[in-house]
Amino acid sequence: MANSMKMRAKMDGDVVDVKVLIQHPMHTGMIKDKKTDKLIPAHFINMVTATLNGKTVVEAQWGGGIAKNPFLGFRIKGGKSGDKIAVNAVDNLGTTYDGEVVVA
Amino acid sequence: MNHLRRAFLKNAGAVGTVAIAIAAGLLKPIEVFASTWNNLAFTSKDSTDSINNAGFGNASESSDIKIKAPDIAENGAVVPISATSSIPGTTSIAIFVEKNPNPLIATFDLMDGTEPYISTRVKMAKTSIVRVSVKAGGKNYTNTREVKVTIGGCGG
Amino acid sequence: MKRILTLIVAGLLFGCAHNDPAEDRTGPEADRLELISHYKEMLPDTKFEDYRYGALALNPDAKAQYDEIMDFPPYAIDLDKGQKMWETAFKNGKTFASCFPNSGNNVAGNYPMFDNKANRVVTFENAINNCLKANGEAELKYADKEIGLLTAYARSLSDGMKVNVKVEGAAALAAYEKGKAYYATRNGQLNFSCKSCHVQNAGKFIRMDQLSMMVGQASHWPEFRGGTKITTLQGRFKQCEKNVRAKPKDANSEEYNNLEYYITYMSNGLPMQTPVFRK
Repeated sequence: MANSMKMRAKMDGDVVDVKVLIQHPMHTGMIKDKKTDKLIPAHFINMVTATLNGKTVVEAQWGGGIAKNPFLGFRIKGGKSGDKIAVNAVDNLGTTYDGEVVVA
Repeated sequence: MNHLRRAFLKNAGAVGTVAIAIAAGLLKPIEVFASTWNNLAFTSKDSTDSINNAGFGNASESSDIKIKAPDIAENGAVVPISATSSIPGTTSIAIFVEKNPNPLIATFDLMDGTEPYISTRVKMAKTSIVRVSVKAGGKNYTNTREVKVTIGGCGG
Repeated sequence: MKRILTLIVAGLLFGCAHNDPAEDRTGPEADRLELISHYKEMLPDTKFEDYRYGALALNPDAKAQYDEIMDFPPYAIDLDKGQKMWETAFKNGKTFASCFPNSGNNVAGNYPMFDNKANRVVTFENAINNCLKANGEAELKYADKEIGLLTAYARSLSDGMKVNVKVEGAAALAAYEKGKAYYATRNGQLNFSCKSCHVQNAGKFIRMDQLSMMVGQASHWPEFRGGTKITTLQGRFKQCEKNVRAKPKDANSEEYNNLEYYITYMSNGLPMQTPVFRK
């Protein structure tokens, strides 16, 4: 989904410092909607992959315990300005979220 | 995920079949990966079960895992946690919040060249031990830190 | 350094008395300086510039969480929606920027202002709705979600600007005094006034929440509470009134507009930042 992800990637010495923010409710499935008194169904990102120039650098599995509008920070040695960082995420309903940024 | 893709993945026994499909652009890596979500570990209610089911059991305590976390969470719904491992050969990091209904928060597999560092924000139901475990050189290591969660007041 | 500062403060408090009319010994500016003096006594280790952080300035552990979250806040993508609202043209082709000097940059610190012609306080949110009305568009509700997302972005165009509310003329002063009186009036089943907590007990704890000092409070609204729940200043008034078990007034009521006028004046001189994270 476009516009659901913001990314920053910059050099910190010889390490690429990457910060990612994804717009997602991250519902655990355990909380009731106050208005309907029914459980809000689980709806959270459960898989995240990050790549540097197409090569996988991080593979993450998430549960509903990750905070709403989730944040992820990671660092890659040996990257450089101009490299492309891409993040793909999918949630438990199968919706995918994509983002990419060029390392500053 | 499309049910046909799901069926394909279920039946694609040989690794080669899936690799060919990815190379042919028929399957995105994230979709392959999605079929492997560790449901058992993420739905475990007991913290020891979740640790074992996530594959981080039998871990040695290590102060070479640094956990950056608040002493008292401002808001239990958004607690910043960072973890850094200085254990050589760290390939995976896992975060657990022991008193959460489902203690396993996340696991991160880090490929060669990725620093053994992760930063994220977690939900904490109440005051709890936050546990960070790592896989390094075929062994498991772990460290903990208590984070207090307080509720009650007016918002200040 | 300390002696020089003491002399400067003394000069601010008493220097004016030499040449200026009696009004300067009472009135908004005197009130503001008296409050600052009060907080300097209550919280001697806290710098004036840090008053805008409220209770965060008193708690390094809390401030560290704020800093970490603010580096890339959970509301960052919501703010983009606010930007889109600000930049999207009306049916007549104009945008919000056309209603404000300097395209809306560095203007929010001037609000609220007193409109002598309309004989009322005009908040920044009022100005937004006046802009919509003047351009033939429907006004936004003063509920947090509607106007909050837009002003979260619109006010950010004034980040760094020092709060600069003016109270000039008898009618403006009357509105200011009404706001000041409301602030000091006990209310609700718990019988607290705003002053009870934020002036008399700033820095103390109500159960698990540390009370912010009132000087500096108005410089950073709307907020995203918990990082994701948009809350306007008047929305927060409502929450606080409910907390003391009083019946809250409506957003854009005369009472709340006068209250905002008074409270914001008290934050004069402090740099604005919008939006921000708070617990």
